[in-house]
Amino acid sequence: MDAANAQDPMVPHRYRVAEVWEELDDVTTMSLLPVDGPPRPFKAGQFNMLYAYGVGEAAISISGDPAVPERLIHTTRNVGRVSAALTRLRAGDMLGVRGPFGSDWPVEDQKGRHMLFVAGGLGLAPLRGAVCQALANRLEYEEVSLLFGARSPDDLLYRSQVAEWGAFSGANVEVTVDMAARGWTGHVGVVTTRLERILGTSDPANVSVFICGPEIMMRFTAQDLTELGVPASRIWVSMERNMKCALGFCGHCQWGPDFVCKDGPVFRYDQIGKRLAIREI
Amino acid sequence: MQAAPGDSFVISSPAPLIGALVGAGWRVIGPQEVDGTIAYEELRTADDLPRGRTDDQEAGHYRLTEGRPEAWFDYVVGPQSWKKWLYPSRRKLWSATKTADGFEIDDRAEDYPKTAFFGVRPCEIAAIERQDAVFDNGSFTDTDYARRRAATLIVAVQCARSAATCFCASMNTGPHAEEGFDLALTELDPDGDHRFLLQIGSAQGAALADGLPLRDATGDDHATARLAAAHAAAQQTRRLPADIAPRLKGKEDHPGWQAVAEKCLHCANCTLACPTCFCSDVEDTNDLTGDHTERWRVWDSCFSLDFSYIHGGAVRQDPAARYRQWLTHKLSSWHDQFGSSGCVGCGRCIAWCPVGIDITEEAAVIARDDG
Ligand SMILES: Cc1cc2nc3c(=O)[nH]c(=O)nc-3n(C[C@H](O)[C@H](O)[C@H](O)COP(=O)(O)OP(=O)(O)OC[C@H]3O[C@@H](n4cnc5c(N)ncnc54)[C@H](O)[C@@H]3O)c2cc1C
Ligand code: SF4
Ligand code: SF4
Ligand code: FES
Repeated sequence: MDAANAQDPMVPHRYRVAEVWEELDDVTTMSLLPVDGPPRPFKAGQFNMLYAYGVGEAAISISGDPAVPERLIHTTRNVGRVSAALTRLRAGDMLGVRGPFGSDWPVEDQKGRHMLFVAGGLGLAPLRGAVCQALANRLEYEEVSLLFGARSPDDLLYRSQVAEWGAFSGANVEVTVDMAARGWTGHVGVVTTRLERILGTSDPANVSVFICGPEIMMRFTAQDLTELGVPASRIWVSMERNMKCALGFCGHCQWGPDFVCKDGPVFRYDQIGKRLAIREI
Repeated sequence: MQAAPGDSFVISSPAPLIGALVGAGWRVIGPQEVDGTIAYEELRTADDLPRGRTDDQEAGHYRLTEGRPEAWFDYVVGPQSWKKWLYPSRRKLWSATKTADGFEIDDRAEDYPKTAFFGVRPCEIAAIERQDAVFDNGSFTDTDYARRRAATLIVAVQCARSAATCFCASMNTGPHAEEGFDLALTELDPDGDHRFLLQIGSAQGAALADGLPLRDATGDDHATARLAAAHAAAQQTRRLPADIAPRLKGKEDHPGWQAVAEKCLHCANCTLACPTCFCSDVEDTNDLTGDHTERWRVWDSCFSLDFSYIHGGAVRQDPAARYRQWLTHKLSSWHDQFGSSGCVGCGRCIAWCPVGIDITEEAAVIARDDG
């Protein structure tokens, strides 16, 4: 490559916020439009580095539908400096975007199978695009299921869309919360307590599962699924590690031999399952 | 004399070569004595070289001392490495200025004149090649690194002496380099018929050699150079076994990690001194008005607690987990990532560890099958 003319991958593209939705107390979703060029295609499960002027960058998953690349959708939880600045952005504000980065959910490859999504809390954001893709081709899958767990009913993301998936789009949806609140009539308990039920009568050997949520939840969910007979090579998880570059340069995201930013964030469980159980690796 | 890659000649001193480089407009960076260590700074003439100096290195120990007065290159590597020029410890990535409806980005690159690295040791050539693979990883290219690298000429100095901390021979990275340089010097017989073997490694090197006062190298010159390399290799007592990478796998719970973590101060000296360590952080700085902001890349180390921070706390809380990351990355997972070891056997991390932790000893402890 001609280095002198190559685009420096650390320099962001400028985007502008088109719309903002308040999802939960500390979570907002925004749609972004490019200022400097055409929108770039992405795959479900990939992420961008979002830059808030003067504050810094954060890795945020793309939570939109890859079939609609014109609208870049991101859902952000305010947990610190950069994410606070990102959740403060309003329509018309400018931000920087680098990406898309990383591996994706291989949703097309699971056709013919029972496609199960297991999401914990904000983990539904990186899965949303893949759910949309599967539901757009619903009949090509034996079944499409979503098992969605959150801490409390107030932490349930994309509530109306999840209801719509269950009611109109042909998805088998189960929602469960760790702690019920007044008025909650749904399930109570962690997602692992609902796995057997959501697999239903499907042959476990014909089930594919994408899991996204806290690391401990992914670990136990994947472990229980394999015990229920789902092949480890049909389970995928999405990992989170500190990221400063998303290019394989800064070293921060290393997880054993993998750079989570470019070898992940989506990993196949049979390839990393042992590592998930190693403390502080 | 018409020089070509692969040729060897004899020159009486490094001085005309440095003169030719400066004359041809190269910025020449080479070893100098700064604050009692060998540092890589700009050279104007050969007189800036630390002639007559040698080093005394051991675990946790480094000192420059009087050497053979005529010898130009009797010291080996110091705390710095060439990475400070190709991959500076602080670099502005880009800056931005606020506008009425957003911001403008200025990503003009800093000037990097054509630069000759003078006195690159074989293990350091290997280290530069390891970083080449990091910063052009098949998916992305660090354009700033690539630009600096393309504008860099390498004049190697083959080693005729090893420090006690050196173990390049077991890593196949030295003490003699066959390739990876534009020109290479071997100092021959400083106490007698003092001269230098000059190997031509590239067309660019050949063009530079053309103007120099050279004579053809004889069989005796080559034999003396081979002896010097053999002598340097024979001096090495430290080593890493060739199969260390697989032997470190699956040893996450080995008690040796806790034992070394109890000695380790987590000062990050080893990662900063290491010529292959590449980790970095990013910092944002703003002026008082907030109208101008800059993003800087700065060296970072896997020994710091914040390095692995994610919401809820660092992944590697336990100091033993951080030492494990450093050692297993260098010696084992680097092979999975880049197809080579992340260690070139330069010994810097051994000499510059304030408590004298020795990577070769620690690796041997973990590789033993009692974990
Ligand atoms: C692949 C990937 C996808 C992600 N997708 C989303 C998403 O869709 N929505 C969302 O809200 N968050 C997501 N995150 C987490 C998000 O990147 C962090 O919450 C964010 O970086 C925190 O930065 P901060 O400055 O607000 O917090 P601080 O606590 O001030 O963070 C300090 C530094 O620690 C690092 N850091 C802290 N938490 C995390 C974390 N969880 N992951 C990685 N680095 C972290 C950052 O480098 C940050 O600069 C994702 C992370 C990864 C790795
Ligand atoms: S790990 Fe130590 S010996 Fe190996 S290259 Fe780095 S500093 Fe040199
Ligand atoms: S040893 Fe640590 S600081 Fe050095 S490259 Fe590896 S992760 Fe980065
Ligand atoms: S985020 Fe920098 S190497 Fe992965």
